[in-house]
Amino acid sequence: MAYLEVNKISIRFGGLTAIDKFDFKVEKGQIVSIIGPNGAGKTTVFNILSGIYRAAEGEITFDGRNLKDKSPQEIVSLGMARTFQNIRLFYDMRVIENVLIGTHIRTGYRFLDGLFRTKRFHLEEGEKIRYAADLLKTVGLEKRIHDYADNLPYGEQRKLEIARAIATGARLLLLDEPAAGMNPQESEELRQFILQLKNQGYTILLIEHDMNVVMNLSDYIYVLDYGKKIAEGKPQEILENQQVVAAYLGEGEVE
Amino acid sequence: MEKIRTGINRLTEGFSYLETNVYKYRIILYAGGLSLSMLLPVFGFSQYMTRIFIMIGIYTMLALGLNILTGYTGLVSLGHGGFFAIGAYTTAILMLRFQMNFLIAVMIAMVFTGICGLLLGLPTLRLTGTYLSIVTLGFGEIVRMVIMNFDTVTNGTLGIRNIPRPSFFGFELTLANHGLFYLMLVLLILVTYVCIGIQNSNMGRTLRAIKADELAAVMMGIRSSRYKVGAFVVSAVLTGLAGGYYASLVSYIDHNSFTFDVSIMILSIVILGGMGTIRGMFLGAAILVAFPEVARPLMEWRFVVYGLVLILMMRFKPQGLLGWRSRLPYKIPVLKRSQTYREEKEANRRGR
Repeated sequence: MAYLEVNKISIRFGGLTAIDKFDFKVEKGQIVSIIGPNGAGKTTVFNILSGIYRAAEGEITFDGRNLKDKSPQEIVSLGMARTFQNIRLFYDMRVIENVLIGTHIRTGYRFLDGLFRTKRFHLEEGEKIRYAADLLKTVGLEKRIHDYADNLPYGEQRKLEIARAIATGARLLLLDEPAAGMNPQESEELRQFILQLKNQGYTILLIEHDMNVVMNLSDYIYVLDYGKKIAEGKPQEILENQQVVAAYLGEGEVE
Repeated sequence: MEKIRTGINRLTEGFSYLETNVYKYRIILYAGGLSLSMLLPVFGFSQYMTRIFIMIGIYTMLALGLNILTGYTGLVSLGHGGFFAIGAYTTAILMLRFQMNFLIAVMIAMVFTGICGLLLGLPTLRLTGTYLSIVTLGFGEIVRMVIMNFDTVTNGTLGIRNIPRPSFFGFELTLANHGLFYLMLVLLILVTYVCIGIQNSNMGRTLRAIKADELAAVMMGIRSSRYKVGAFVVSAVLTGLAGGYYASLVSYIDHNSFTFDVSIMILSIVILGGMGTIRGMFLGAAILVAFPEVARPLMEWRFVVYGLVLILMMRFKPQGLLGWRSRLPYKIPVLKRSQTYREEKEANRRGR
């Protein structure tokens, strides 16, 4: 069985079927992309996976567990974390505090430990802070540890958001348009960064419009249009698929 | 306009610059501040002055309590006068009817206020912003109505008279022997300690994350509703403590002691001092409590000036007087014993 297996999920908002019997698979260690025109329902898929929406039909299995009726918290603790299309950092907090929030799910000490500053509190907090600092070093933000999140340039904010997701202990990262709004140089950097994550053993599910990033990174691609899967395959196959081209550019004769 | 803005900004820039130095000599400064405040009565202030200092202390506690809710979690409460009243009435009734010692009465009052905080927090979980403020405003008024009409327990509009002063081992604390002042100091230190503990632990960080972006916090695995209710309870408990002390200080309370003005006053202190800071609560309380005393002639204009101050703050310095972002580097503890502890723990886990 695949690492993440989504079986015919559907969701409806009123009369609109936003996702219609979509199914896909992600194997461990792969980078899988979901592409499609604007409004195709890509982010909705992420919202279902991360527990914001409940799928009306269909099954999601992650790491051998059924995700039906699981709360966002339970899903995060199972090892799946996401980023957002429009970056959602805790802007009023420091870079390292953002990452520390990521480690929240693995905090073992209680409220009273923090109040009386028990040994347990000191040990765990120290451990978490050092972990966060190390993590920031591996993603290349070590110089920014003490800065506030809103003082970071755009590319670094993206990195920080990914680092925050990693800090939850997740092994599957859902990245929602990480290259949006980036210039070619930044998106190339991001591509290297995602590749580095893959080499470290993370599994990545990617939503992206930047075809340079998608085609160079993905092991497998699913194409979504109006909530329906219209194609799937390796990058080369997708590039040659007439239906995909039609969905993006429209049909008709060239005059 | 521009001048006011730059003026205020320059002032806080200066404060912020001082921060590094304050931090360097913090132990000396804290010790100095503490001993100075302990020596205050010795300087031979009149009872009137002592009373003002005590009121500043009470309002600092109240503001610290509300700060947890409004400053960290971003939930604006307009009904903390209600919790204040519940704490005061519970303490007064327990002390008068059941001849309880002050400490025990206050502790029970804190628990009871905490339960009330829970009861208010649970149904309002889905509310944010203005809607929540309206509900808390209603809560404050409901508490007042209950006090006015629940004659058998609260003695209705007549209020509760002759609340005994706190006494320990037969020694009664009064204004004259400065006992009440020192009791306030002890309670204030206690409340401050709790607030620092919350601020520097996972709880404080989580609350701030909820304020910054609740959805993102939930996606990081935070059970935001649990933490929001928790903030409500802690905030109510601290407010209840201040209320209990207040009842014992003034020895007469009625429904007029806990009007909407009190709630607004607490909120004003939090906003003026700097939301989400502890230092700000002290300054805010000192300014807003001392102000009407200093400016006696302005008495009737007090609330006009409050309003003006709040509007000016919102316009030019929404983060409050002392509400700047710390420029001190984040403390990263060095590897020491804990490292070996961790290895030990890992080894134990593997062994099991």
